[in-house]
This record gives sequence, structure tokens and C-alpha cells, in this order.
Amino acid sequence: MKLLGLSAKDTRFLLIVIFLTLATPVLLQPFPENSGLATFNAGYPDLMQRFAIFGIFAIGFNILFGLTGYLSFGHAAFLGVGSYTVVWMYKLLDYNVVWGLPLAVVTSGVFALLIGFVSLRRSGIYFSILTLAFAQMSYNLAYSVLTPITNGETGLQVYRSDAQVLLGANEPTSPHFFGLVMSKSTKLNLGDWQFTFNNGYYFTAIIAIIVFYISLRIFRSPFGLMLRAIKTNQTRLNYTGINTRPYALAAFVISGMYAGLAGGLMAAMDPLAGAERMQWTASGEVVLMVILGGAGTLMGPILGAGFIKYFENIFSKINDQILQGWFAWMPDWLSGLLIEISHFFVGKSWHLTLGLLFMLVVIFLPGGLVEAGQRIARLFKKKPPEDKDPGHHPQPAPHVAE
Amino acid sequence: MGILEVKGVNKRFGGLQALSNVNLSVAENSLHAIIGPNGAGKSTLLNCFVGKLIPDTGSVMFNGESLLGRKPHEINQMGISRVFQTPEIFTDLTVMENVMISCFAHRDGAFRLHPFETVAHETDIIEQAEKMLLDVNMADKRNMHSASLSRGDKRRLEMAMCLAQEPRLLLLDEPTAGMARADTNNTIDLLKEIKEKRDITMAIIEHDMHVVFSLAERITVLAQGTPLVEDTPENIKGHPKVKEAYLGETV
Repeated sequence: MKLLGLSAKDTRFLLIVIFLTLATPVLLQPFPENSGLATFNAGYPDLMQRFAIFGIFAIGFNILFGLTGYLSFGHAAFLGVGSYTVVWMYKLLDYNVVWGLPLAVVTSGVFALLIGFVSLRRSGIYFSILTLAFAQMSYNLAYSVLTPITNGETGLQVYRSDAQVLLGANEPTSPHFFGLVMSKSTKLNLGDWQFTFNNGYYFTAIIAIIVFYISLRIFRSPFGLMLRAIKTNQTRLNYTGINTRPYALAAFVISGMYAGLAGGLMAAMDPLAGAERMQWTASGEVVLMVILGGAGTLMGPILGAGFIKYFENIFSKINDQILQGWFAWMPDWLSGLLIEISHFFVGKSWHLTLGLLFMLVVIFLPGGLVEAGQRIARLFKKKPPEDKDPGHHPQPAPHVAE
Repeated sequence: MGILEVKGVNKRFGGLQALSNVNLSVAENSLHAIIGPNGAGKSTLLNCFVGKLIPDTGSVMFNGESLLGRKPHEINQMGISRVFQTPEIFTDLTVMENVMISCFAHRDGAFRLHPFETVAHETDIIEQAEKMLLDVNMADKRNMHSASLSRGDKRRLEMAMCLAQEPRLLLLDEPTAGMARADTNNTIDLLKEIKEKRDITMAIIEHDMHVVFSLAERITVLAQGTPLVEDTPENIKGHPKVKEAYLGETV
């Protein structure tokens, strides 16, 4: 089957991604509500929204870093621009996200064009430093000088006194999409399991599927081929008559727009925007996500984003009490020891677990989690017998005469 | 009037006069070799043709247009392709993709934003690339990762990439450097074949006299940044000035 100009293989791939995305609220809730393992359930709206949003952010970043090899350390700036744009649209027009989101993509695209135009004059480490400098500049401006626009330390939010010229009498007073309120959820109880289907999650998930499809098309296009060539050998590309800079700039702008969309969606889930969204740690996080998942692969950024957000939210929740519950059946001295050891890896120390995991992946799986998946698949897949002479086997005759 | 006209080119690197008053004319559809001992300025001269270096003085004209101040990709789009001393290919990509990039560059120019077209649907580009690979006897390796090719095959691939652009002038920078004798002979045959099949001018920089004398129609001998003589291979062979430049003594 072929859909939307994709090859059969890519269509299958896209369908799998669509299924996984839409079934997330069920798939991430594998343990019954009252069991000891319920801590590991991740099917609550906040976290699922974050999966989808950071998935979008990472997919976009992968178009730049994964394809062209240009490592930007400043993509959080576009995230912030997107968020501020959306909140401003709430303040000026109304809570419908339909105004803010497209504008967030446009404004972050313009910002990316300016920053990219300057930064792409250099490559390698100098490019990274330039983008980092721009992002930190944006962060500091948002924090101090631009307070009239960004509301500085407090962060931008909607006040009763704001214009909101389009706000109708019966309109919801939280972000919505033509009446579909983002924060609303439907809960479904099945035996001991509880599943939450959140409007905001599905809204982000559908956008994520669309932008994933776009990135798939970019990967398969001549444009994507040129971007991969930039990563491999810029000299050859120049001497093949290709002007590499506009290609790299286009990739930079596209990935900036993805970041702006992700930032806008953050504000669409929670009508706030703060300067900390632009900080360099946020830029670094998306780099980690893409490398952890597998740079330059289609699935990698999504896996990486999911992994990091899962660790951040689930492992950090595990405290001593939960640990005591798990180890209660052991003799006191042993449970005490295990809790002492686990202490380093969970709760506030979850970063250590993530750090170790990141090190292991970079050292043993340079291709990221995607490579791990491929290796496992290869172990289980029996090698098909090589057919040296395909002409030797006649095609099976059709069952019905044609 | 040759297709490539070099007049009075000087290039200085600090205290070293790399090129001094070089005049050179490469006739259209000829195979012109530039030879000379190490440090004679051969590569510097070639880099002045492709936009990597800009001469201090003098002019470089291609087909009546000046090449000075143009960027490498612009010069390439004018019809000059270059083969490097060590093959420059896209090692992360397959053999086929390597050639297809050249075909795209030839068709679409230096930049075209086409993010929603699909490589697999570009039948004419695929056909053209396949034909190119057939020309250099690499059709069976089309899906191989180009990093895993042998050195000789990398050279063939680079040649195919250059030819896919249908250049008017092909510059070759020591195309047989570091090759075994058998590979060298293969390359000579390949170049002869290319020359026979199409209207193309080739300028070749070469160390190996065997290669030069089996290919070139005209030879320029460069020594210490200045052209010593320009003549046919037969006349160059016994030229006393050439012997002097190579052996460092008056014969």
C-alpha cells in the first residue's frame, strides 16, 4: 500500500507511528492503578503532552543536526519565541490556539532566518558557539530588557485586564481549539486500569503526526539528499556546483519552525511563557534527545525525546517511601542497603541514571537507541536463505485467471 | 583562442613566489597536461582555475569569461568539473546517490528548494545516473556504500560524478597518484575512452610520465612557478630544458 507519495515501506512506517501515537494513553498505562508498579505508568496528560511536544522539537532538530551535521546549541530560543507568540495571541485576541500556533511557526522561522544567516557563516564548533551565544542573548533579553514584551522574571501570562478582543461570552477561559478545551480529559476505567484520554494530548499528537510526515518527506526528497551530502563532504558539494549555504540555512529555518511550533504547543497546553524556556539547558536537552535516540534516523528523535521525558518524570518521582514499599519483603539490613544504593539513581538523582545511560549509548551504540533496536531485530530475524538465482523459481501462478 | 586562457598569473605566499607570470592556453577538445617537479606550482595553478585561490595579478578566462572572484560552485556551474588528488566523494551515501547529486546539480543549478519531491520518483535523474555508472563500469556497485569502495573504484565514481554534469572542461589533479600500475593503466584507458566518446577538454596535472606521455596531446612544463616550454609530447621528451628541470643539472 502506498499513501501520500510515500513508498510502501515508508507508508507502513508512518502507519505504525500513527498507531503508536494514538494508542499512547493505553500503551503507557500497562500496570493496574493500585499495584506497586503503578509508579511506572506514564499515561497521564501532562507527561503525554510533553512526549508529543518534545517529539516535535526533536524531529525538527534532527532535520538540521541529523541530516546536515550542523550542531546547534541554541534551538531553545525558538521554543521561547513560539511560546511568547502564542501567549500574546491569547492576550490580544482570545484563547483559541488557531491564531497563535501558525504565527508561532512564522515568527520562529523569521528568528531562525536571522540567527541562521549569521551563524552559518561558520561551521563546526564555531557554528555551535554562535548559536549558543544567540540563544543566551535571547534568554537574557527576555529576562531583563524586553520585560514589556516578555514580562521578565514573572513570565508572560494572561490577565483579566488584557484586551482579548475576540473573546466571546461563552468562550472557555483556557486554551482551546474552536471550543475543544485542551485541559479536558475523558477517563475510562477498565477493571483495575484507568486510562486518560486528554484533548490536549490528541491535539498535539495529530500535529506531531503531520510534522513527522513532513520530516519523512524531507528525508526522502532531493533536498534531504543534499542535506546529507553537506554532512558528508562539503568540499565535493561545492565543486559539484551546489551552493551549500542556502541549503543549510533552509534546514536551519525549518528546524527553527519545528521548535517554534513545539514552544507554541507548550503554551497551548498551559497558557504561560517564561524566559527559562530559552535557557541553554533546554537547548542541550534536545541535543541529548536526538543523539540518544539516533541522529539522522527518522525514529531516533522521537525515541530519545520519549526516553528522556520518561526518565525526567518517572524516575524523579521514586522516593524513599516507594523504595521501602518495594524492598519491604527483604531482611532489614538488605533493604536498607538497597535503598542506600538506589538513592543515587532515582528521585532527585535521576540525572545520574540518565547520564550513565547516555554514556553507555554513546560508547556502545553510536547509532543511538535505533541502533539498539536494529541489533535486537537482527538477532531475532533468521537470515533468509540467499537466492542466488531468482529466475530459477517460477512465480506462483495466480489463483484466478487474469 | 583556447577554451581556458591564463595570462600573466602571479601568486605569492609570503616569501614564496608560487606562480610567476604564467601564460597558458588550453585548446578546446584537447587533452592538455601540466607537468613539473614537486613544488613547481601545478596545484596552485589548478586552484586558481576553480576558485579556491585568487591570483595576485593576471587573468584566467574560461570560454571568454573571467573566473577570478567566482566561488567554486559558480565556476562548476559554468562547466568546469574537478577530480581531486584523493577522490572526494560522499562516503556516507551509496554509489548511486553520489552520482544522482551531480545529476541534480546539473539539472537544478546551485540551489533549489524541493523538500516535497521524492528522489525515488525522479526517473530521468535515476536513468541518467545509471547510464553514467554503466559508462565507468560500476553499474553492479550502484547500491554499495561508497565508503567501502576500493581506491580505484572511488576514482571511477568521482569521474562519473564529474561527467554526469557534462562539463566542457575537466580538471584532473594527479588522477593516478598512489595507484598500482594496473589501476593506473585502467585509469588511462578510462580517460582515453571518455575523451573519445564526448566533446570534452581535459587539463591534467600529473607526476607520472608514463601517464602523461600515453594521454596528452599537448604538454606544459612548469618549474619554479614558471612555464618552461609548451609543446607536443614528442618534442617535450628530448627537450634539454625539461631534463634540466627534472634532474637539476645542465645536460
